[in-house]
Amino acid sequence: MDTLIELWMALPVVIQIVMKIAVIMMPLMILVAYYTYAERKIIGYMQVRMGPNRVGFFGYRLWGLGQPIADAVKLMFKEIIIPSGSNKLLFLIAPTLSIGPALAAWAVFPFDAELVLADVNAGLLYILAMTSLGVYGVIIAGWASNSKYAFLGSIRSAAQIVSYEIAMGFALVGVLVAAGSLNLGDIVAAQQGSLFHWFWLPLFPLFLIYFISGVAETNRAPFDVAEGESEIVAGFHVEYSGMTFAVFFLAEYANMILISALSSLMFLGGWLSPLPASWVDGVFLLGDGFQWLLIKTFFFMFLFLWFRATFPRYRYDQIMRLGWKVFIPITIVWIVVVAVMKVTAMPWWFN
Amino acid sequence: MKTITNYIRSLFLFELLKGLSVTGSYFFARKFTLQYPEQKAPVSPRFRGLHALRRYPNGEERCIACKLCEAVCPALAITIEAEPRADGSRRTTRYDIDLFKCIYCGFCEESCPVDSIVETRVYEYHFENRGEQIMTKQMLLDIGDKYEVQLAADRAAQANVR
Repeated sequence: MDTLIELWMALPVVIQIVMKIAVIMMPLMILVAYYTYAERKIIGYMQVRMGPNRVGFFGYRLWGLGQPIADAVKLMFKEIIIPSGSNKLLFLIAPTLSIGPALAAWAVFPFDAELVLADVNAGLLYILAMTSLGVYGVIIAGWASNSKYAFLGSIRSAAQIVSYEIAMGFALVGVLVAAGSLNLGDIVAAQQGSLFHWFWLPLFPLFLIYFISGVAETNRAPFDVAEGESEIVAGFHVEYSGMTFAVFFLAEYANMILISALSSLMFLGGWLSPLPASWVDGVFLLGDGFQWLLIKTFFFMFLFLWFRATFPRYRYDQIMRLGWKVFIPITIVWIVVVAVMKVTAMPWWFN
Repeated sequence: MKTITNYIRSLFLFELLKGLSVTGSYFFARKFTLQYPEQKAPVSPRFRGLHALRRYPNGEERCIACKLCEAVCPALAITIEAEPRADGSRRTTRYDIDLFKCIYCGFCEESCPVDSIVETRVYEYHFENRGEQIMTKQMLLDIGDKYEVQLAADRAAQANVR
């Protein structure tokens, strides 16, 4: 063990950083790939179908587990078509701009009490900034494509993302008032106790609003007017093909995973066990740990897919009404309520 | 009062949860998917698939070149040429069906006075080159010979309605 640590320390800093990034990115990318598989499978099951079940490994079908790999290989070999009249530089930068923030946000994400790449004190602020940056990828992609449909789609989704950003930000303000810290690790630590100590109960409206805004932020059903295949084909990424499209696709799913992980971190106590510590102390897998964070994140990821299988798309003006006239007032009212609870040190959560 | 309950219902996402419960219950429902190449759907005796020309049990071809099928064919997919055979009977020298033109309406089968041209239950076939879609008389007769048992059974099963 000691020699391993010595070996690690002997490595150049750059290599250390790259390896740390790889350790987070590789599982994340695999998760993204299999999230697309899970989406097709779960939505298929909800529509009384089977979903993909043919492509496997080494001649075995394995419930179609090879499907995401096959899709990825297909996309890699496809031609990247750059439309005439498009701005080539921006056209190619846009996908990078949309996946970059989605991955960068993981830098401050605590996977466990000690397991965090960068223990930043303003972690919440950083995450808020990173999730808002994604919108530039969308706008630039729509503009650089030199296509009406892409442009309309990007305008729609930019307006939507900006509107829901506000409600989302306010929901997070509630969290930071309740936790008294911007550090993600401290936010989780403030929820110590059991299932009923987590913030989802005192901040219930904010919890719902945060997750729904998260669905809108990632342009997922029922807020996926940016795609609107009946009127604007596929929205901002109509003109993208091959790997450039795949990067947008990856960014969307990485964002969904990020929103799921953040919701579980801020409202469902992250890696904390739902059972009181006195019951599960020392019991294998029942105590606090990464496995709980994983389960909670998977729950929210499942919700994303469940929503998509259930809800029809919102009309555009209704999306705007919901964002501006329902969510923002509710969050503002609840921030005041949380502040009062905090100041009066309301028993159970804030004493 | 009603507006108040409506407000409360929408705030607590009542209708949305109801919708989620519907899809949630279907998540566990039995799936209808037919795993096609391994499993196949049952085929009706009236199924209209690939064409065939039948023969009488003594081996004589049924077709008498009346050309009713050629006349009735809405897609003009059938081409027939005929002349007397050595024994004086009227037979076809050419009987072509263009499967690209054919719309599988079954009129040829209905119009045939001697049950010669029929449509089989075969629906799994393909062509790899242009020209292969023209079914000649010999090809049609071969298909008829291959599926004669099935064809006869299907005609017998439908005898009361034909």
